[in-house]
Amino acid sequence: MKPLRRIWGLMYRHLCVYRGSWPRLLDLAYWPVLQMTIWGFTSRYFAQRVGSDIAVTIGMLLGGVLLWETALRAHLGFATTFLEEVWSRNLGHIFISPLRPWEMLAGLMAMSVLRTACGVVPAAVLAALLYHFNILSVGPVLALFMLNLMVMGWWVALGCTSLILSQGGGAESLVWSMLAGLAPIAAVYYPVSAMPHWLQPVVLALPAAHVFEGLRAAVAHGVIRWDHLAWAAGLNVAWASAAVALFWSQFQAARRNGALMNIGE
Amino acid sequence: MEDAIHVESLTKRYRETLAVDDISFRVRRGETVGLLGGNGAGKTTTIAMLLALLVPTSGRITVLGQDMAKDRFAALAKMNFSSPYVALPQRLTVIQNLRVYGNLYSVPQLERRIRELADELDLHGLLDRPAGRLSAGQKTRVALAKSLINRPELLLLDEPTSSLDPDTGDMVRTWLEHYRAESGCTVLLASHNMAEVERLCSHVLMMKQGRIVDRGTPDELLARYNRVDLEEVFLDIARDRQAEIA
Repeated sequence: MKPLRRIWGLMYRHLCVYRGSWPRLLDLAYWPVLQMTIWGFTSRYFAQRVGSDIAVTIGMLLGGVLLWETALRAHLGFATTFLEEVWSRNLGHIFISPLRPWEMLAGLMAMSVLRTACGVVPAAVLAALLYHFNILSVGPVLALFMLNLMVMGWWVALGCTSLILSQGGGAESLVWSMLAGLAPIAAVYYPVSAMPHWLQPVVLALPAAHVFEGLRAAVAHGVIRWDHLAWAAGLNVAWASAAVALFWSQFQAARRNGALMNIGE
Repeated sequence: MEDAIHVESLTKRYRETLAVDDISFRVRRGETVGLLGGNGAGKTTTIAMLLALLVPTSGRITVLGQDMAKDRFAALAKMNFSSPYVALPQRLTVIQNLRVYGNLYSVPQLERRIRELADELDLHGLLDRPAGRLSAGQKTRVALAKSLINRPELLLLDEPTSSLDPDTGDMVRTWLEHYRAESGCTVLLASHNMAEVERLCSHVLMMKQGRIVDRGTPDELLARYNRVDLEEVFLDIARDRQAEIA
């Protein structure tokens, strides 16, 4: 019970921040809804121009938007929750409490799930209302797609968190750009085969590429590509293990060099 | 009875800088010990190592019977810390802050504990105000409430009354005396306020350039340096004037 209580303590601290600030709540849904609006109209226009199946084109693109937003929101939800502690210079108080590092990571992941839901659910509702695209039509496998993308968002965020521990608040800009910078090689809106041959091994090293290949197969052909899901899960385990090792080494380094006492700028 | 704090040959080096240089000391349970020294003497670094926020370069720290290098969390659950230089989250109200830390320390009957602290530290009018909008004196009282939320067996205080007016400072000191007598809590107090140290502490550790250069009860130090107050003793040590060897 005590670990759950401590994790709840960390979550409560961040939920209070949102409860007292409607701009922060609005911000959670702003970008996902904006992206959905732009890509919805764009995909409808292109489908009409090229004469392809509108439903499939919209399904592929909007499914891609929604799932990529899942990864982005999971990443930002994790990393900015940690950054809140850096900005408020509260890491010292947290690390002198009995909260274990793994409990802190669990709290960050739990906050990330809540923040992701606040961003992606309104965008999914908008997609259904405006473009008649129901993301749930992908089927139960959608949960596995989303889980894999959230895990990818978390390990990228854990990498950013490790850099903040190592480099201080100066590494903050990486939080905003790191995962977004992977979008061109994550096969979100186009298949891996559309990319140059020499780049494809790099693309296929990212779990996201396998998730989006799986999504396209589900939307276009109604097929569940378990091979891609297995690759995504395996890659996530490998990358997440590396990110945890990096975080642990940087956390221990911060305890040696005193960074936990004054990290903030 | 075991010591609340047992420090053996503690050293902290940052590259070329020796912040703490081979210090050893014990603090008995229930004692209030002052850690004195000028800026850069190594007080805050020592406290950070006691809190396991900083890993020593060498040496051993045992707090409340726990080896801090092996099982710091068992000790951290029974200790706490307060400093006016370490702010609580500013956007959260006072009661929200106390709930956060109460949960982090798994405090039983948390709402009741918060009410007790609000009674004792006169916080009722502040509970629903954001921590960032409090005066320095109010922030100090709230920081003390946070540090007492888990009824700590060991309380580390870093200059708890700096930035307070004399009246509020006296109120805090009176309250600390009362709390220590009532709870039997051990207190390690880092301070620049010598009158405060004379009033609250049964023993004093004098630090300079990372080393403990003298120690004893306030009366022993006054006698050794042939001075009437600790401020003069502090100046003697800071300016390298030698104690009179009895």
